[in-house]
Amino acid sequence: MNETALLINTALASGTTLALAALGLLVNERAGVLNLGAEGMMLVAAVAGFAAALTTGSDTLGFLAAAAAGAALAALFAGLVIFLNTNQYATGLALSLFGYGLSAFLGVSMVGKSLSPRQTYEVPGLSDLPFVGPALFSHHPMVYVAIALAVAIAWFLYRTRAGLLLRAMGENPEPAHALGYPVRLIRLGAVCVGGALCGLAGAYVSLVTAPLWVEGLTAGRGWIALALTVFATWRPARVLLGAYLFGGVTVLQLSLQAQGVAISSHLLTMLPYLATIVVLVLISRNPAFIRLNMPASLGKPFRPGS
Amino acid sequence: MNLRSLPVFSRRAFAVAGLAAAAALVGCGKKEPAPAATAPAPAPSAPAPSPEPLKVAWVYIGPVGDAGWTYAHDLGRKAVEAEFGDKVKTTFVEKVLYADGERVIRDLASQGNKLIFATSFGYMDAMLKVAGEFPDVKFEHATGYKTAPNLRVYDARFYHDAYVSGIIAGSMTKTNTLGFVGSFPIPEVLRNINAFTMGAQSVNPKIRTRVVWVSSWFDPEKESAAAQELINKGADVLLQNTDSTAVLQTAEKNGKYAFGWDSDMSSYAPKAHLASNIVDWGPYYRKSVKEVLDGTWKGEQRTIWGKPEGANDVIKMSEAIPEAARQKAQQALDAIKAGTLEPFTGPVVDNTGKERLPKDEKATQEWKDKVDFFVKGVEGKVPAGK
Repeated sequence: MNETALLINTALASGTTLALAALGLLVNERAGVLNLGAEGMMLVAAVAGFAAALTTGSDTLGFLAAAAAGAALAALFAGLVIFLNTNQYATGLALSLFGYGLSAFLGVSMVGKSLSPRQTYEVPGLSDLPFVGPALFSHHPMVYVAIALAVAIAWFLYRTRAGLLLRAMGENPEPAHALGYPVRLIRLGAVCVGGALCGLAGAYVSLVTAPLWVEGLTAGRGWIALALTVFATWRPARVLLGAYLFGGVTVLQLSLQAQGVAISSHLLTMLPYLATIVVLVLISRNPAFIRLNMPASLGKPFRPGS
Repeated sequence: MNLRSLPVFSRRAFAVAGLAAAAALVGCGKKEPAPAATAPAPAPSAPAPSPEPLKVAWVYIGPVGDAGWTYAHDLGRKAVEAEFGDKVKTTFVEKVLYADGERVIRDLASQGNKLIFATSFGYMDAMLKVAGEFPDVKFEHATGYKTAPNLRVYDARFYHDAYVSGIIAGSMTKTNTLGFVGSFPIPEVLRNINAFTMGAQSVNPKIRTRVVWVSSWFDPEKESAAAQELINKGADVLLQNTDSTAVLQTAEKNGKYAFGWDSDMSSYAPKAHLASNIVDWGPYYRKSVKEVLDGTWKGEQRTIWGKPEGANDVIKMSEAIPEAARQKAQQALDAIKAGTLEPFTGPVVDNTGKERLPKDEKATQEWKDKVDFFVKGVEGKVPAGK
């Protein structure tokens, strides 16, 4: 019983990286911009967050610095694709490669440094409950931030006027433009939010789960987050579910191995990908639902007045 | 260490993009002045030998800042510089993909390097090919097995370290359960798991080892989750055959114990760190360079150095280890160094009960090259398709 609780705990903790990044990407994709640079933004943010936490001793400042770094890179990307109309796919890939190199360069002096001892977190009053306490209520605050963000983003997108406007940018920006809304500025804002959340995800790795800096720290999590938004049909709740599912199955397969279960580890390594894809494809298998949720103008540049 | 490639997508792509520049600027990583002499190479057909310094080059799979495998090789390169001073001129190229290995090695050879080290398994065929084209250049390949008149291979014995760490782990565990975070089930890693377990059993016969494979040399988040699972399942001393410090730090967070691997990792986890298993390539590199300078270098050889030759060591043993256990570990280390202790001495029985090495027989190199089983006490099965 206690082991199951610990398993759930690790699953939530390891799914949070993907949840943060994928929620951010969901926001900018809903506005019609596809940013393939997620991995690069996460890496630069991871090193920025690590450096800030190392010099100031404050994790909070580390997360803020990471969000700022992610947003700054995203703004650079937005400048290119939104205002100069460069190809979103190529620019995003370039950003990913650039971010990888930049983070390695900036991080040279950070390799081998260690942060102050990590504290454990417990929600007062709730963490002592049997089973649910260790499973759900002894987490880094970022785990709850991710859940709160999913709720907030869902509410924003579907219950507010601004959210409707944002989605309009992703569906068909021309009418919004005709009504006088600043399409390009709104998209810029959405891309920056996406970058900031990818930044939080990067810092979550370098400050909480790893916690250290080495080149290539995020090991491809940005790409998985990108795929997750697609399989989750751009719905916040499904993104969250997919992230935890991926984290959960990853941890479960490690756990099965630790128990000495005789299944090929190669097969087990595939499981998180297979399980996440299968589940998300099944719940989103209705073609009309996919059409309804996929931003129709995703990846298409907008030229005002053309 | 052989499969030390498997880069994530972004690394691969980045290196592809950066490689043209990197190859053109070979030598830019060096500290000595006038690197320009090496760069353009207007007459690339191997320059005639001269009393100039011996040019020696290294090809690395990772960045020198990885705090692990490549970092250790680069320390070896620096040891060569320190020993031979003006007599050598060293160069390195880092983050060389296997696909680019041949071109980079050929570039280095045509720029007048007379001794070239390639430090990952996957450069094997590229090296063999270039060695055929440059008969007057000496080639050295780490962890491979193909040789030529001007190509030889070298490796280290990490299981020496793993065995001694096992002795420490066997003395420290309260649950009699050890945990091992493995990368890939190749003979080298299996040797380390087995040596770790056998070392522990030599002081505590009740030892069980649980193994978790992460299918990566480097994925801190996954290594950390694997370590956490091992701890959740009762393991209280961990060892890893992966490149990051994540396992050690996870042990620290949980109040358990672990070891450093490849380099001194004591600073990462002051309480959890029991000792660091290190590899020092310096002695071999110094020997090889000296042989080239003396004209005694010979190809067609396979050299595997361990503790006796100073290539492997277990350092920074923690104060937390009881004195008696520390002495036992030190004695084993000394005995391995003196050549009186071979960790793989029969009887070696695998975990299905089959005898793999008869009583009192010492394992041959061929036997060690083919380890594909877990010894008694390790739980689970070696994943198929090693």
